Amino acid sequence: MEWNIAAGRPVYRQLIEQLEQALVTGAWPPGTRVPAVRELAAEAGVNPNTMQRALQELEGRGLLQAQRTAGRTVTADAAVLGALRAERAAALAQEYVHRLATLGYAPAEARALLEHALIKEEENDGTQP
Amino acid sequence: MEHNPETAPVWQAKALTKRYGRHTALQNAEFSIGPGRLVGLLGPNGAGKTTLLKLSAGLLTPSEGEVRICGLTPGIGSKRLVSYLPDRMVLPGRAAPGQLVALYADFFADFDADKARAMLADLKLDPRAPLGAMSKGMQEKVQLCLAMSRAAKLYLLDEPLGGVDPAARDYILDTILRNYSEEAAVIISTHLITDIEKALDEVLILKDGAVHTHEGVDALREAHGKSVDEYFREVFQC
Repeated sequence: MEWNIAAGRPVYRQLIEQLEQALVTGAWPPGTRVPAVRELAAEAGVNPNTMQRALQELEGRGLLQAQRTAGRTVTADAAVLGALRAERAAALAQEYVHRLATLGYAPAEARALLEHALIKEEENDGTQP
Repeated sequence: MEHNPETAPVWQAKALTKRYGRHTALQNAEFSIGPGRLVGLLGPNGAGKTTLLKLSAGLLTPSEGEVRICGLTPGIGSKRLVSYLPDRMVLPGRAAPGQLVALYADFFADFDADKARAMLADLKLDPRAPLGAMSKGMQEKVQLCLAMSRAAKLYLLDEPLGGVDPAARDYILDTILRNYSEEAAVIISTHLITDIEKALDEVLILKDGAVHTHEGVDALREAHGKSVDEYFREVFQC
């Protein structure tokens, strides 16, 4: 998977966000095996202890499961993954509202703009298969 | 200080001081580094980084205080545990990498010759070419291959990234991360903070011979809201 660690913010948080993204988008499908910590750390160019901590956090939230033999798998529990997806979507919606507010848009204007964008998206979907 | 090799920190200094005549290169340095840590040793030129590493490798003796490796003062016992990469070329120019691999295999019980040969091949270094005929960057790569092919408890790498090209830098960092062991600590002295800060657990920043900061990288990023590189530039603004 593609990693993108920016300067300035704690690496740990960025890893959690990007791991969550892999779970939500299905880049790491439910029930599949998660690569080894060292492998993931090298791939992302980050410290193995930090990667380990991020994976443990996801494990604590039930998104990953430790296997007795060694290693981890993605949870097969669709409800847990669904909840994460809903959480991410709600955060994005919130962000949209905040950003438009900083541009001086009232809630009604923001709603209209979003609706407009959605209609445009539907039209595009219709013309471009 | 903890003297039991089983429980002692991998690298520890207490009131460590080194004077060269009237000049104090290192003053009252105190720290303790545990196993499994990747540590950036940072500081401007002349801050005492190389002196600290040389004291730890047993090439210099402290003026006051002490430094210990797994509870041992630098000596034959500690040299078995420490893989030291000097900041300058110390290998004979006539020697070729292939010969040096054999030499290291004779010298160090923890040396993995196959690993060293594989690394040399990855970095496209001719095992039969004498070091003297290689560029500075290539010589540094050879030294680093040798240093990283030991299964040491403490790696002291003095500027392993400075002279090599960016692609080789990525390879070296990748090698360090893939060789990660929970039992060993890796100390990397460097000016190229941006290239390695996300790979580090903690940073030890020296200023005028004293420890200025010793903190976890994520903790530092969080506390100051900036990267270690930006923090460093702020502390050492000219």
